[in-house]
Amino acid sequence: MTGLRAEPRVVATAAAQRAVAALVAERGPVMFFQSGGCCDGSLPMCFAEGEFRLGGRDVHLGDVAGAPFYIDGRQFERWAHTQLIVDVGEGEPEGFSLPAGDGHFILRSRVFGPGEDVAPAHLHDEKQRSTP
Amino acid sequence: MALTTDPVTTEAATTKDATFVAPGRAGSVVQVKARYENFIGGAWVPPVKGQYMTDLSPVNGQPICEVARSTAEDVELALDAAHAAKDAWGESSLTERAAVLNAIADRIEENLEMLAVAETWENGKPVRETLAADIPLAVDHFRYFAGATRSLEGRTTEIDKDTVAYHFHEPLGVVGQIIPFNFPLLMAAWKIAPALAAGNCTVVKPASPTPWSILKLAEVIGDVVPPGVLNVVTGPGAEIGKALATSPRIAKIGFTGETTTGRLIMQYAAENIIPSTVELGGKSPNIFFADVMEEDDEYLDKAVEGLVLYAFNKGEVCTCPSRALIEESIYDRFMERALERIRAIRQGDPLDLATMIGPQVSRQQIEKIASYVDIGRQEGAEVLIGGERAHLGGEFEDGYYFEPTVLKGHNDMRVFQEEIFGPVLAVTTFKDEAEAVEIANDTLYGLGAGVWTRNGNRAYRMGRAIKAGRVWTNCYHLYPAGAAFGGYKISGVGRENHAMMLEHYSQTKNVLVSYSTSPLGFF
Repeated sequence: MTGLRAEPRVVATAAAQRAVAALVAERGPVMFFQSGGCCDGSLPMCFAEGEFRLGGRDVHLGDVAGAPFYIDGRQFERWAHTQLIVDVGEGEPEGFSLPAGDGHFILRSRVFGPGEDVAPAHLHDEKQRSTP
Repeated sequence: MALTTDPVTTEAATTKDATFVAPGRAGSVVQVKARYENFIGGAWVPPVKGQYMTDLSPVNGQPICEVARSTAEDVELALDAAHAAKDAWGESSLTERAAVLNAIADRIEENLEMLAVAETWENGKPVRETLAADIPLAVDHFRYFAGATRSLEGRTTEIDKDTVAYHFHEPLGVVGQIIPFNFPLLMAAWKIAPALAAGNCTVVKPASPTPWSILKLAEVIGDVVPPGVLNVVTGPGAEIGKALATSPRIAKIGFTGETTTGRLIMQYAAENIIPSTVELGGKSPNIFFADVMEEDDEYLDKAVEGLVLYAFNKGEVCTCPSRALIEESIYDRFMERALERIRAIRQGDPLDLATMIGPQVSRQQIEKIASYVDIGRQEGAEVLIGGERAHLGGEFEDGYYFEPTVLKGHNDMRVFQEEIFGPVLAVTTFKDEAEAVEIANDTLYGLGAGVWTRNGNRAYRMGRAIKAGRVWTNCYHLYPAGAAFGGYKISGVGRENHAMMLEHYSQTKNVLVSYSTSPLGFF
């Protein structure tokens, strides 16, 4: 069903990729978790890897410049028809997220087309089990 | 937060077209210092590392002042001050505590116009809202908890004729409180008042985009609060929010914000085994039954305004009624009226009393709103009005203004499922009461909801069927002290705005006393 050319569920712009690479170089591996709700909700939050405790129902959507990107499984069900595009906006992050250089990580989205070959997403636990 | 007290009439407010002078300019009611330090132990304390950051006004994108860019060391200083104060404050009499809370309320009231203008300049919300809602509600909140703490009673149980269980409320000690940017002063009041009323000292972290108005509040009330009882530390969330939330020196953490940080806060609380209260937003349905149009009367006018309240505080409200569900049979007629009202919204200088909607709080927020309208369009939503960033020209050209927007679509769209936190309404229709309940509850969130109907039985059924912490019935956006506020589902854990908060900010001490002299007889 999903071939090698399957469209990823999460991608990053060149600016976001550079920002992730700079963060990793500066402080080691990082992770993303997609937020929801009030205030900074809807922004991708970036943390040092392991800072945010993942649960068994969290979904691993893919990787952004090598950093794993997760979303709450319930939220994923409602967002599954869209591709998430991590980008960088101006200004420091307003919440607990690590910055993207002088800016902050933001999210744009694209609705998958009908019949588009979309990469699978895995529950965080399944990924752990399948990773040697 | 609409009117719950009499509309405020200040000298300026009597002229409808009056515009307040921007803070810091000649003739303004608000003085602005070039730089603000942290408020710790009753004094202004420079940040340990000497770093500052610029606080921008969303109205014109220009700097207001500098505030401390604090680090974990400053959080420690604040915790030192709070711990030094906690025993005396915890043992203070209810008379003393209530007197302090009432003194805070009096000071805010005496400075109502100044704080309203400062809050408007800081956050962008129209001064007609800060004068009539944000600041008066903050005043009332402190008075409510001054009264509530006086009437809080412990329970005594006579277990048997010689054994009595006494239950005392004891303060937790020092608490941490993280304030959101959408109602910087009112949400600070919601958190500070119950914490202090229950005998706790607090370290408050204002939201990064809105640190200054809380510092103005500290200027106004600083000398009526015993040193160390209230401390304010400004800076980035990832640095000092984390330092505060992970500190083993706090006994509770209160947070309002988004779900990921909410989970992080609960994770940190779990690590220290302390309680947390988190309020994490919603996607509140506002439901209009056909009978609202049975008469063309004042009530219908109220219902139409009820829909337009999605633009209140530019939509930056956790309970923004951002999903309108309208009974199919009245959709066209009702929306025609609503759109007419939306077209009449005056967007502009929030310091002008005639302005109804100001700028979003930050560049970050306006980018997010634009990205949601974009995805709504991709998902096939129809833009009924608005949809673009508004450029007002002149001084406000760089302000973060967004047009009041309405998207018509269906509940599976992401614009129906996620809090946009902007003046963007997602509207859809329903066929009957059952479908209205189904759509209303088809969301991860459950903070607020609105029900509009002339049928009292239906209103009651709907109020009980909707899975949300607050169901406004034939009203919306009222936030009187004494009405519990908080979320079902992923909207959060805990309640605010009610005397029950005193329990949330207290330990329960049970003293179990035997008045019998007889041994148990086991050994």
